[in-house]
Amino acid sequence: MRVGADTRTVSLPRLLAVQIRAVLLGYWRIPLFALFTIGLPVMFFAFFGLPRLHQEITHHVSVGAYILASLGAYAVSNVLVYNVGIGQAQTRARKLDLLQRASPLPGWIAIAATLVGGLVLATSALVVLLLVGALAGVSLPPTHWLLLVVALLYGAIPMLGLGLTIGYLGSSGNLAPALASLIYLPMAFASGILIPLTQLPALVTSIAPYLPLYQVGQLGWNAVGAANESALQAVFWTAVWGLVLGGLAVYAYGRDQGRKFA
Amino acid sequence: MSTPLTSPGAAVELSDVRKNYGRVEALRGVSVTIKPGEVVAMLGQNGAGKTTAISLMLGMRRPTAGRVRLFDLDPGDRAARSRCGVMLQESGVNDVLKVRETVAIFRAYYPHPLPTARVLELAGLEEVANRKITGLSGGQRQRLYYALAICGDPEALFLDEPTAGMDVESRRAFFGDIRRYASEDRTVIFSTHYLEEADQLADRVVVIDRGVIIADDSPAAIKSRVAGRRVTFTVTPSATAADFAGLPISGLELRDQRVRFHSSQPEQALAATFRRGWDIQNLEVVGADLEEAFVSLTTNRVADLPENKESK
Repeated sequence: MRVGADTRTVSLPRLLAVQIRAVLLGYWRIPLFALFTIGLPVMFFAFFGLPRLHQEITHHVSVGAYILASLGAYAVSNVLVYNVGIGQAQTRARKLDLLQRASPLPGWIAIAATLVGGLVLATSALVVLLLVGALAGVSLPPTHWLLLVVALLYGAIPMLGLGLTIGYLGSSGNLAPALASLIYLPMAFASGILIPLTQLPALVTSIAPYLPLYQVGQLGWNAVGAANESALQAVFWTAVWGLVLGGLAVYAYGRDQGRKFA
Repeated sequence: MSTPLTSPGAAVELSDVRKNYGRVEALRGVSVTIKPGEVVAMLGQNGAGKTTAISLMLGMRRPTAGRVRLFDLDPGDRAARSRCGVMLQESGVNDVLKVRETVAIFRAYYPHPLPTARVLELAGLEEVANRKITGLSGGQRQRLYYALAICGDPEALFLDEPTAGMDVESRRAFFGDIRRYASEDRTVIFSTHYLEEADQLADRVVVIDRGVIIADDSPAAIKSRVAGRRVTFTVTPSATAADFAGLPISGLELRDQRVRFHSSQPEQALAATFRRGWDIQNLEVVGADLEEAFVSLTTNRVADLPENKESK
């Protein structure tokens, strides 16, 4: 059975599929996974959206739709910062990355699977939230629902960069949970996705436009027709943030790899 | 490629390999060729360079100079790695997954893996197969890492200090597994601190000290080189290394009045010592165990170096 020059390997698409499945299984098994990732945005919607579902926030836009767009941005970025970012930090802290590196699994497949797995999870969290919203009585034209999903998944790009940067900062990976809370939580509040922009203090309102999550929020609000800035602007600044945070993530990843595998 | 293959068909080949971490020289010119089917122990103390050598063999790190080949391929080549199973000294898995799931994931990385059930059986994990990894004991966890190393049915097994943290019983069982594995004409490369382990398992022992190979031979030959007696006594006034010049001793250690050395001819060494007319007290002559014998093999060299290695 043992051949002299055995050059067999598992095909890359198959490896990717195996690894995506492994990533998703890992997310599924995290205790409290359902509560935090899927449940929290839905719970916030129940608290803040349901009581004022049909009030108009601006012309023809209901509070329900506005809050759904805000919490949609929150749901997506939660997954990318907590599940992907902290998840990746845990992979490093556990030294699973070393064992993977010693196996025939290419490093870039492991990363690609993490990205795809994170996006699948983010989409699921978003779709569950929107379904709950629709069932609760938020009504939007079908194209708006679709636009909302597409806009927020585009907004996932910078948040993926932020998540991975947090996940790869520090030499051990133990820093990530603290970093996530320190960077992400205040940003979520200051961006107007947990508290409407109009109810934020003036100082915070003036800082908000410089935050990446604010731009993701604008993408969502544009999709439901409740934005205070143009869609084009939001698309542009989201792309800029995608490059900046994506670049930071690549840098942090490269540094980590260099430390371990140079 | 400029250099022709010196040993075509080798499982692992390191030619004049150096590896620096910043200014630290972890390997200082190591050459070793391991043929398919060999069971090789890499013996050395902490920091000797064993882990670095293994990570270079597996392409996890790149040599600063020299050449590394794995199955005649670049060690980073997936085709080469698909023929290897690995147990690292420091590694982990996703704790929230079950044992069976983790084995199933890792075996899928290999082109012709063993069936999951067979892997669980070989590693003695059947009873905990459906348990989450968080709930495993240290020994069971170590068996899981062994399972992940063999799940791809590899031709070569790399084990970096596999018995660290195992109790006597699990160590014995583990050695049985490795022997069975090696008996199927596969290559096994493992690192250890203990000459005893090397002696029990390997048919070749490569002794690494401070980044160089200081011995490469059969376990019997290595043992005969280091076997002997440990002699300790106190002497007043204190002696110097020069006083012991020409005696059949090794691993001489002098600390205040205390003298300690190894010798394969202790009677002769002591006779010469007594002839000096010193006041010798607290004399002890005991059989050096293998660990001590190994230390004597390496401390000889350490004494030549300007700064002494941290003790223990």
